[in-house]
Amino acid sequence: MTLAEGVQLVTFGLLVAMTLGGALGVVLLDNIVYSAFLLGGVFTSMSGLYILLNAGFVAAAQVLVYVGAVSVLILFGIMLVNKEQAFVPMKRAWLGKAATGGVCVGLFALLAASTLNTPWAISSEVPTGDLATAAIGVHFFTDYLLPFELASVLLLIALIGAIVLARREFIPDVAPGDLSEALQLPERPRELVSSASASEPES
Amino acid sequence: MQLEYFLLTAAALFCIGIYGLVTSRNVIRVLMSIELMLNAVNLNLMAFSNYLDPVGINGQVFAVFVISIAAAEAAVGLAIVLSIYRNRDTVDMEQFNLLKW
Repeated sequence: MTLAEGVQLVTFGLLVAMTLGGALGVVLLDNIVYSAFLLGGVFTSMSGLYILLNAGFVAAAQVLVYVGAVSVLILFGIMLVNKEQAFVPMKRAWLGKAATGGVCVGLFALLAASTLNTPWAISSEVPTGDLATAAIGVHFFTDYLLPFELASVLLLIALIGAIVLARREFIPDVAPGDLSEALQLPERPRELVSSASASEPES
Repeated sequence: MQLEYFLLTAAALFCIGIYGLVTSRNVIRVLMSIELMLNAVNLNLMAFSNYLDPVGINGQVFAVFVISIAAAEAAVGLAIVLSIYRNRDTVDMEQFNLLKW
């Protein structure tokens, strides 16, 4: 990145503030729709941090995959599962939250101490910069070929698995030769969301 | 700009993710916290790739793998959430006790 040092520092500070503030909002806000939109903001500022780290290709992949796919997927999930229910308050929930907060602060202190005390072998070579895309492609098809193919198989498995898990199940006891049923979709009829489903019995 | 700044940012993001993962009651928010933790790991990989291995850029290759696996994880996780929601009619983590003995 051919920016001046001060510009880089200010950009880094802004992006870190957006990232950490957005992450705190994701975790702490009550309304989950706000959390989902803030998550998109966190992903976008993370891609800005990647650009600061001379990784344009991964920044573009981050915007495409995380902002374009994962955020939208989570928003769809929220809207499909949107149930306005007040959670039953747990006994001594504050104790669990305080303990978790203590563990997280302790973990952060541990990580920060080990980060600041390790003598990092900082390389003095010039970063690859915009040629990184070609270098990543060479890596994919030479020394990372097996993980690359395994990732493609994993994506296929995840696609099929998500479809199988999320679709409605078949009615198990429909007679196969019944002609009057032949033109209907072989799925359980969709329940009405909140009010009607409580009264009618399960088929 | 130093390596340590990026590592501290990633550590803070990871700890926020752990806090949300443990304390959230809503399943979707748990998935979002997992995404935050995966992003923190990615930031670590990218920082190491830029400062310790700027020519080989193995860290960027790993980050691309992590991104693809995170996408698969989000899809399967939301499918599981939808399936549990259809069976139990709730999104409260405290009521998902299917796998307890």
